[in-house]
Amino acid sequence: MARSTFVYVTYIRTTPEKLWSALTDATFIEKFWFGMRCECLWTPGSSWQMVSGDGQVFDSGEIIEADPPRRLVIRWQHQNKPELKAEGESRCTMELEDSGGAVKLTITHSIERDPSKFIEAVSGGWPKVLSNLKSLLESGSIALRDPYPTGNPYR
Amino acid sequence: MAERYDTDLLFRALADPSRRKLMDLLHANDGRRLNELCEHLDMTRQGVTQHLELLESANLVATVRRGREKLHFLNPVPLHEIYERWIAKFEKPRLKALAELKHRLERPDG
Repeated sequence: MARSTFVYVTYIRTTPEKLWSALTDATFIEKFWFGMRCECLWTPGSSWQMVSGDGQVFDSGEIIEADPPRRLVIRWQHQNKPELKAEGESRCTMELEDSGGAVKLTITHSIERDPSKFIEAVSGGWPKVLSNLKSLLESGSIALRDPYPTGNPYR
Repeated sequence: MAERYDTDLLFRALADPSRRKLMDLLHANDGRRLNELCEHLDMTRQGVTQHLELLESANLVATVRRGREKLHFLNPVPLHEIYERWIAKFEKPRLKALAELKHRLERPDG
């Protein structure tokens, strides 16, 4: 079956442990993910969801793998826009590798269909999220405060 | 590894038409093998490999091994950083000035 995938890589000057905490801490996520609240226990089998500031569920799924501070795999289905929800489940893998004073963070997001509107939508959002995450960890402040004037991360 | 964060390397990687073409090819169709990319460029396989290596060291291309295959993906994250650092901040005052001009010209008493 056809598959749509994107692979994003960023290098962040931090430690794998700190990056792992940042990726799995609700308060921290809210800061770099434009106010999204994430509720999850971060253990395999636990449910995962992203809720916007005004209470709408944007994405939900389940943790498939959690190997701190190295690898996190999330079963991820969009919930907010019907045409994106209809595409079904995707899989997001986050890999953290020590890279001499920095951590290489690789985000691989795929869905078993091609083309995919969902992958197109999230591929636009991820660079902004990663950019904020990097700034927050390296300098303590976020780079973009309001990248989504419409209030919708799936622009 | 320090080179990974080198802005000079990033701009150097962009300053070549073949490398920009490789990025366009990946943008049109991501996750390609070396052979598929070679078909579109009039140069040796070794030449294409060297360009891809430079793009990868500048973090503009990410590679993933799938079995015996090596797939190349466009990584737009550094481009987004260039946008924030070198474009957005210069754009803002101009856009603001344009918006003010439009507002002034469209005023009913203007």
